[in-house]
Amino acid sequence: MKRIILAALAALATSVAAQADTIKVGVVGPFSGPFALQGKNFKAGIDAYMAVNGAKVGDDDIEIIYRDVPQADPAQSKALAQELVVKEGVQYLAGFYFTPDAMAVTPLLEQANVPLVIMNAATSAIVTKSPLVVRTSFTLWQTSTPIAKVAKDAGVSKIISVVSDYGPGVDAENAFKAGFEAVGGEIVEAIRMPLSTNDFSPIMQRIKDSGAEGVFAFLPSGPTTLGFVKAFDENGLKDGGIKFFAPGDLTQESDLPALGDAALGLQTTFHYAVSHDSPENKAFVEAAAKAIGNPAELSFPAVGAYDGMHVIYKMIEATSGEQDAQKAVDAVKGLSWTSPRGPVSIDPESRHITQNIYLREVAKADDGTYYNKEIQTFEKQGDPGLAAVK
Amino acid sequence: MQTIFSIAVDALAYGMVLFVISIGLSVTLGLMRVVNLAHGAFAMIGGYIASYAARDLGLGYGAAVLIAVFGTIVIAIPIERLLYRRIYGQPELTQVLMTIGITFCIIGIANYVFGPTLKTIPLPPSLEGSADLGFRSIAVHRIFAIVCGLAVAGALWFAIEKTAFGVKLRAAVDNAAMAAALGVRTEVVYAVSFAVAVGLAAFGGVVGAELLPVEPYYALRYMVTFLVVVSVGGAGSIPGALAACLLLGGIDTTGRYLMPEFGEFFFYLAVIAIVCVFPRGLAGRMK
Repeated sequence: MKRIILAALAALATSVAAQADTIKVGVVGPFSGPFALQGKNFKAGIDAYMAVNGAKVGDDDIEIIYRDVPQADPAQSKALAQELVVKEGVQYLAGFYFTPDAMAVTPLLEQANVPLVIMNAATSAIVTKSPLVVRTSFTLWQTSTPIAKVAKDAGVSKIISVVSDYGPGVDAENAFKAGFEAVGGEIVEAIRMPLSTNDFSPIMQRIKDSGAEGVFAFLPSGPTTLGFVKAFDENGLKDGGIKFFAPGDLTQESDLPALGDAALGLQTTFHYAVSHDSPENKAFVEAAAKAIGNPAELSFPAVGAYDGMHVIYKMIEATSGEQDAQKAVDAVKGLSWTSPRGPVSIDPESRHITQNIYLREVAKADDGTYYNKEIQTFEKQGDPGLAAVK
Repeated sequence: MQTIFSIAVDALAYGMVLFVISIGLSVTLGLMRVVNLAHGAFAMIGGYIASYAARDLGLGYGAAVLIAVFGTIVIAIPIERLLYRRIYGQPELTQVLMTIGITFCIIGIANYVFGPTLKTIPLPPSLEGSADLGFRSIAVHRIFAIVCGLAVAGALWFAIEKTAFGVKLRAAVDNAAMAAALGVRTEVVYAVSFAVAVGLAAFGGVVGAELLPVEPYYALRYMVTFLVVVSVGGAGSIPGALAACLLLGGIDTTGRYLMPEFGEFFFYLAVIAIVCVFPRGLAGRMK
């Protein structure tokens, strides 16, 4: 019964939206709570895109409606998405910081006739859950695989993997393992730490005892990353010549001032650095910094949101504002453009973004601030994780 | 053998940091009988003030610590007069609701004023880097935290057990009406104890900031840890809190070193076992 009502309301919403001149986009993300910074970055990216490209596509006004899911909460995410579709009549769903939140929404899409543009959630499998999902962020497989090659090129053949024990951490571990073993390296030990770990000294001691020449690490950004990187420094591992490899989540720009000198020289691979040198990125950083207020808070979710808006604008153009989810998604398959992060395209097969992955090193600028300096580019990286999931 | 020493050193350092941060809560909970869930919030205020003083005003570390402790007390005085004074002697539920509400307010204000990013407190050069213990190295600020913990433990024990004020405090807690009849100004005693507890929270927040970094959700993130330490140690007992911190620090560190995939299993297993055997904590007083 509920489904029939939902379908009826969705159909009603469709017919209303088709005539109206305002196209609504529902954005779900963490706008309050411990992850509010990431939600702020979503908003900054969206605002920046609309400031640069206008709030109109053709004759249609674009209106963004935000909904807040402070922490990963699939049930609430689904309820809010339903509300956005049924009550607000949104034609597009976007945002989603956490994988479970995005997963919970995928079963609604077909019935509601709404495409979902994921601006962050980084688990490979999401795009397989519905043909109406398009992703403009990254996956951990995508960012963690190139660092394996970097490690091998640096002459390291024995590595200990240390990750936080939760979905993305396990993804990162598997991706690195697959990549590193493919180039002939050896994982001497794989440790999964509880998410609530505060004191990393024992872990550091174990890394030392393992006899590895390098460590691959993944932790969620925030307080734990700070503790981990400091412990790595203070327990003499950095000076002891143990090399540090990680995906770029660990050195995201908003954490760098807190990490300070402890992070200097850390090498990470990621799809976006705020320091990326291109005219597109300069324009983006200027607009996004203005939108977010404090430029030091700008970080990678903003670029995912910016490109997500680009995809949505293209979808609206292709459908002339009519609500036709399949047509909209088909229109952006194979779409390629120059994003602030470099050349990107939407892979027609997986609907995930194909992009350059950069090797970066944390460096100190002349004015004393820290930034991720890009030193090597891995061009046109797809998502190796999808093959692994299958 | 070296591994055992190594774990012992880490356990001692972690346990002492826990002690410095939690002991203020033990004072409010055990001696004043107030379930102060806002303890972490006061520690966070201390951390923010120290970070602001050291990073933005460029003051030295020592000055930043002092400003943080006294600044937090100054902020806490009106809160004590207007809010806490109403909940002394009230049922626990009232106290929990009031203090958790205060915690959420402080989180919101901190988020608004300082933003959601991490704040660090720059260490002076003398506390940076690591010291060589022969068989391994340890961060100097860990040693500093151990020394601070011992100093706080000693000073508190002396103040409560050996001074006239300590006698008045214990009297006021056990029987406020009788103590007041004997000329003890219980309001003043409570206010001073509260200020000391808040000052200790701020001190712990600053000294422990290298391990538990200051950010708006600090107040909630570590609340369970604080409460566990106090309940295992026995509320209000300084030696009990010290023993609990060292014991729990040791168990947690050993578990994390030998079997990290078990997570906090051993930590909470130990907590359950201790609370089963000693329902009032290791050194809890009978009511």
